[in-house]
Amino acid sequence: MSGFLSQGGYAFYVWTAYGLSLAGLGLAALLTLRAYRKAKAALARLERAKTVQHSETNL
Amino acid sequence: MFELANPKRFMEWSGRLLPWLGAAAAATLLAGLALGFAAPPDYQQGSTVRIMFLHVPSAWTAMMAYGLMAAASVVGLVNRHPLADAAARTAAPLGAVFTALGLVTGSLWGKPMWGAWWVWDGRLTSFLLLLLIYLGYIALGNAIEDDTRAARACAVLAVVGAVNLPIIEFSVDWWTTLHQGESILRRGGPLIAPVFLWPLLLMALGYTLLFLNLWIIRIRTEILNRRARAMMMEEAQ
Repeated sequence: MSGFLSQGGYAFYVWTAYGLSLAGLGLAALLTLRAYRKAKAALARLERAKTVQHSETNL
Repeated sequence: MFELANPKRFMEWSGRLLPWLGAAAAATLLAGLALGFAAPPDYQQGSTVRIMFLHVPSAWTAMMAYGLMAAASVVGLVNRHPLADAAARTAAPLGAVFTALGLVTGSLWGKPMWGAWWVWDGRLTSFLLLLLIYLGYIALGNAIEDDTRAARACAVLAVVGAVNLPIIEFSVDWWTTLHQGESILRRGGPLIAPVFLWPLLLMALGYTLLFLNLWIIRIRTEILNRRARAMMMEEAQ
């Protein structure tokens, strides 16, 4: 286990590379999904408001 | 092709494809990581060879993303297709992330192997230029308020910037460099031992699938935002 963690004496370089890659790709995925959910919710709100407005106009 | 790129059709087929694409990306990345950490240390580079499994896929994906962005820009300029601009604009931030990761992981690999975090050689400099083009593209798109004008200006920049792709690719042949030459996609077969080649190819496939997954989600987001803007304009009139 300690051999795996030390990466033959290159632990800093190897684990920093993996950590930064995970952080960078994770953040990109997180922001992408958050923007998607936000856009979906905003459109649903507008569609609901439009439906309510139409039904009120018909009354 | 253009039929599938119709926004309504795009939303239909991409919605069905996304779960499979996400699962394939996760499975490929996990398999690549498992094989990469199971591989023995390289006889010259030791365990730093494991940085290759991140650095090379990042760099390949960054260049592929730019190629796709430039191709979408050409379609946008020539055919004025509604989805082409969205495809190009949404690829840029992702391409910039992969480029930055390629630079950072390359630097972390270069320090123990070359003794330097950075050298101003052809490959590294042209790859840094790729990041600057991505950032310039994003800034240009944000600086112009009119959507049509922004799309056209960004498309021109993307097409002109594509000249950097062959420079990155052939820089190791054209100029003296510390960076290793082409060792995978070369005549005569790869120079890398299969024990390193397989995890590398799996990681490259995983990065590609991850990029495609996130790219499609970003295009869908842009389509939803455009629909919302159109509805708000309709309401305002």
